Amino acid sequence: MNKETKAILVDPLHLKNPITLHVLGICSALAVTTKMETAVVMSLALTFVLVLSNISISLLRNKIPGSIRIITQLAIIASLVIVADQVMKAYLFDVSKQLSVFVGLIITNCIVMGRAEAFAMANPPLKSAIDGFANSMGYAIVLLLVGFFRELLGSGTIFGITIMESVNNGGWYFPNGLMVLAPGAFFLIGLMIWLQRTLTPEMQEEEN
Amino acid sequence: MEFSNKYIVCFALALCLICSATVSSLAVVLKDKQEANKLLYKQMNVLRVAQLIETGEEPNPEKVARIFEDIEVLTFDQATGNPVEIRNVWKFNPLKISKTDEGGVDASDPRAKRVAIKRMPKTLLAYRVKTAGKECLVLPIYGNGLWSLLLGFLAIEPDTSKVVGITFYEHLETPGLGGEIENPNWKALWPGKLCFDEDGNPAVEVVKYGAVKNLATQVDGISGATITSKAVGNLVQLWLGDTGYGPFLRQQREAQR
Repeated sequence: MNKETKAILVDPLHLKNPITLHVLGICSALAVTTKMETAVVMSLALTFVLVLSNISISLLRNKIPGSIRIITQLAIIASLVIVADQVMKAYLFDVSKQLSVFVGLIITNCIVMGRAEAFAMANPPLKSAIDGFANSMGYAIVLLLVGFFRELLGSGTIFGITIMESVNNGGWYFPNGLMVLAPGAFFLIGLMIWLQRTLTPEMQEEEN
Repeated sequence: MEFSNKYIVCFALALCLICSATVSSLAVVLKDKQEANKLLYKQMNVLRVAQLIETGEEPNPEKVARIFEDIEVLTFDQATGNPVEIRNVWKFNPLKISKTDEGGVDASDPRAKRVAIKRMPKTLLAYRVKTAGKECLVLPIYGNGLWSLLLGFLAIEPDTSKVVGITFYEHLETPGLGGEIENPNWKALWPGKLCFDEDGNPAVEVVKYGAVKNLATQVDGISGATITSKAVGNLVQLWLGDTGYGPFLRQQREAQR
């Protein structure tokens, strides 16, 4: 694997993470991370959409007229999202119920359009596919981390398996109500960004 | 790269056609499967509230279909309780028809306002469960909680005296707070509560967390979810009342005597 491909694959996981560096895709990161299960399915759905949208936009990149390129990207992304949503409703009914509108909202997930516009429009299909996959994984890592802490602290469970028996079920753990609400995810993501920037000085902007 | 206007229009047209053809053909292919899922989900919840299957049990289409052979779907007039013929009961949706001019009336019960229901349906639906050892009536109920419409079922004894169970199968309340209405431990507080007082008015109610005085009728609210639990109490009373299943249940009571 040459250096460039490696950079495309690894950078989005850490140094160029779409959530913690670009702060994109925050809305779904807040909304679907109350449980690990929904976080996993959301990450898979985004991976599917992002990889395919990057490939198809990259294939068409020399045919897409500049004046209508944004709406073209959006039409392709929207079609892919509807495909994912319909398939989930048919084969993963329970999970699709929990994700409710958020699968549909992948259409407006800034990561998907951001990668289409910034990468797929200027690079060949294979590279774009790797880029899409890597960015999805960057998104997935953050989602899973946030989901892990929110489910553990907010409900005392992981993947629905009880780790700390909550008071409501007759145990000792008093669940942290903040963690099940969207602001809890905001705090967690904020803390993650702070920690990541402190540990990697090259992420910090120069002060002016 | 410069493109002519003609090219741009043709490109846009072709893209739209391809995208819409893909999406719509997929929707057609998957429609049956999706409808089946929805129906199975609803039937599962009827069985759950009637305590015919365990809470955590996975849906098994054959088993559900087998149990449903013993379940009678009743459709009847709201005001009189008399049977009404309806062609496809599984597609019949009282909530939807209540919004039309012919299908519903403006809600007059003050409790309807508390759960933000403006119209009540003129035709209602209930399930009569008659299997070995277990008999009950399952009534679909709905009303608004804090954030969303709560859709659920209330199961009561065939003589309408006591609650058998309650469940909510669709809502968007906050997980961990209002979402606790799904918690089996909370739902377990309901069975055995008296549905009506001596005058035939709805009796079962939800009170503030920790304020239960009368165990026969009062259900403890959920701590941290006062609005949602109050809404559940109000909507149960609304549906047991005269503008809900009241007249039908009165008929059932008399038939039992």
